[in-house]
Amino acid sequence: MSEAITRDIDRSHMKVSDEVAIDIRNMNKWYGTFHVLRDIDLTVHKGERIVIAGPSGSGKSTLIRCINRLEEHQSGHIVVDGIELTSDIKNIDKVRSEVGMVFQHFNLFPHLTVLENCTLAPIWVRKVPKKQAEATAMRFLEKVKIPEQAGKYPGQLSGGQQQRVAIARSLCMQPKIMLFDEPTSALDPEMIKEVLDTMIELAEEGMTMLCVTHEMGFAQAVANRVIFMDQGQIVEQNNPHDFFHNPKSERTKLFLSQILGH
Amino acid sequence: MSELHAQTVSFVRETMIPPAPPPTRQTGALRWLRENLFSGPVNTILTLLGLAIIWFLVSHFWDWFAHSVWNAASLAECRQIIAETWGEGARGACWAVIRERWNQYLFGFYPMELYFRPVMAFGFLMVALAPVLFSESLQIRRIVLIVSAVLTLVLMAMLGSPMVWLAFAAVVMIGAVVIAERHAPWLLIFSVLYPLLGIWLLWGGSLWPQIMVLASIGLGWLAWKLLVRVSPLLAMVAGVLVTLILWLVAVGPAAEDAQRLIPLAITAVDSDQFGGFLLSITIGVAGIALSLPLGIILALARRSDMFLVHTLAVTFIEFIRGVPLITLLFVASLLLNYFLPPGTNFDIILRVIIMVTIFAAAYMAEVIRGGLAALPRGQYEAADALGLDYWKAQRLIILPQALKISIPGIVSTFIGMFKDTTLVVFVGLFDPLKGVSDFVRANFAWKGVYWEPFIFVGAIFFIICFSMSRYSMFLERRLRREHR
Ligand SMILES: Nc1ncnc2c1ncn2[C@@H]1O[C@H](COP(=O)(O)OP(=O)(O)OP(=O)(O)O)[C@@H](O)[C@H]1O
Ligand SMILES: [Mg+2]
Repeated sequence: MSEAITRDIDRSHMKVSDEVAIDIRNMNKWYGTFHVLRDIDLTVHKGERIVIAGPSGSGKSTLIRCINRLEEHQSGHIVVDGIELTSDIKNIDKVRSEVGMVFQHFNLFPHLTVLENCTLAPIWVRKVPKKQAEATAMRFLEKVKIPEQAGKYPGQLSGGQQQRVAIARSLCMQPKIMLFDEPTSALDPEMIKEVLDTMIELAEEGMTMLCVTHEMGFAQAVANRVIFMDQGQIVEQNNPHDFFHNPKSERTKLFLSQILGH
Repeated sequence: MSELHAQTVSFVRETMIPPAPPPTRQTGALRWLRENLFSGPVNTILTLLGLAIIWFLVSHFWDWFAHSVWNAASLAECRQIIAETWGEGARGACWAVIRERWNQYLFGFYPMELYFRPVMAFGFLMVALAPVLFSESLQIRRIVLIVSAVLTLVLMAMLGSPMVWLAFAAVVMIGAVVIAERHAPWLLIFSVLYPLLGIWLLWGGSLWPQIMVLASIGLGWLAWKLLVRVSPLLAMVAGVLVTLILWLVAVGPAAEDAQRLIPLAITAVDSDQFGGFLLSITIGVAGIALSLPLGIILALARRSDMFLVHTLAVTFIEFIRGVPLITLLFVASLLLNYFLPPGTNFDIILRVIIMVTIFAAAYMAEVIRGGLAALPRGQYEAADALGLDYWKAQRLIILPQALKISIPGIVSTFIGMFKDTTLVVFVGLFDPLKGVSDFVRANFAWKGVYWEPFIFVGAIFFIICFSMSRYSMFLERRLRREHR
């Protein structure tokens, strides 16, 4: 289970706006004949912090990977920041450059230094001049508290440091939305905290975030909505307080009793 | 819990142990011998067996090497000297044939007074390669540049190069040493221009075709530049088309006109005058330089989702790998003539280079495909998630890593291909191993001399291939150090 989030959260910038960031309507996806995602309807507003939970294999990763088209959906609509995801490559690349993603296994580029990892996409996708990209990258590396590692290669860093680099790398593209797919589940307990702290800071600045995570402490402290998925469907969604203290569905209750360990 | 146990468990360190230097490695010849050669009965037996084999080989060949003759005009004279010095029936090596004919082993029938030109081309090749091969290792690059500058200039002077050329080479090579220190990236400009310069130095003739080729590439680039805002793909196609059409249609006549106006020509050397290592290295270097990019494209094509691209790549690779190289060389020398319009003069060396290139590229593609397959999916996904398009992802993320994994395989392919250049003897070119040797033996004086040329040629091949192998290990080590 997660450790308690001990620090005070500054909620002054956590404002949910009326603007829609992601709109998913009636979306279905199959792997071959296996129906992974069934009739997903989900609207995410700018500034929302959503935690997605659910048992293994329930389709959480698949859902957030559909949002930046790492997976293709077969029916329904996904509109991200006003752009509908179709097979149009231009739209896909545009959405991808607006949406940052952090993976369970970091997926840093091992042949590039930390700084190069962070400046690569801004330089080649956004066409930012190198000097400026490096300055931005250093700013974000400072934010995730590892500016001194800028010249190292990812293989020389600890897991927690690598994941923070991965977050900085995404942030360097100045994304409007951040997706996290179990960012802490490959980490040792003492490293989980440093990554969660980084994520909390992001939330405090008002970033729109979708996190697949089992860190329920994080969900309680930061999320404004918790979504519970099972068998490819959204079974329940609610604000964290009610979700944890007053779950409606039996499945949710079972899941919570397992994950909270009582 | 017992008293004792409680005591052992409870422990608090009061003083921290300061870091100590690591123990120095224990050395000593005897210790090394015991650990490596005589560590057990099996090891001892193997060591003794190895020593016996070495003794057998050395004792067998020792006489032959010891009785070397360097000064003689013919094999018969060699034998006579050996018999006189070491008695009737003594065997000995007749290196006189190498001393007499080394130039043909190295240059074939290239005009002797022009030997300085291939030497210069080879020296320039080093200048062109140094910034590519040793882009990070400045010390090694400096040494390579200085050593090749000195060697090239000395050799050119020894080969009787005219002063003008000597001065030209000196300016280029010393200039490269200086530029490497001041503004190294500029060296790459020379690397890019080298093919045109090298070809001109080797084959001679007018310089205008090279200039016109450059101009057509420049115009193609201009077309690309003008259209790239409209559509990158269109710009690419237009650029390549402009260059190719100009190259095929305009370069020849334009170069002739220019040559009439301002003559800029040096003595032309024909392709059938090439031979020996000059031929092997020319084909080998061109084949290596061309087969790597072609192999990469084929490997990417084979992994493509597009059915047609994928199928074409598979067919090409499997067909080429299924056919012996000699077959392709015969196709190059005979069949192509049927397909080409009569009267076209399609250089035989160029044809051979094309065949060797596609042959090596097919193998290269499979080696690189292995490297591509070894990369974790996460790398592709991370590149996609950052919004990099296919080509940028390949170029910046995927290929650098895949090629690094494939270095041993790639270099093996290069080495194999370089040795395969000896097969050009079957299409009438004078490779060093058989072509030149047969020619030398055709002279009555050297009839029957076999071992010495084989050893000489073999030794040079070994040096070149071994250097490539060492370079690949150097590169692997450097990349490993970098990435972790
Ligand atoms: N590429 C694929 N091909 C076929 N089936 C897949 C593929 N990827 C995932 N699946 C299946 O789809 C289902 C949902 O997978 P997904 O990775 O989204 O689950 P998850 O909720 O993220 O689980 P976890 O908590 O274990 O990460 C699983 O049953 C999985 O076996
Ligand atoms: Mg998952």
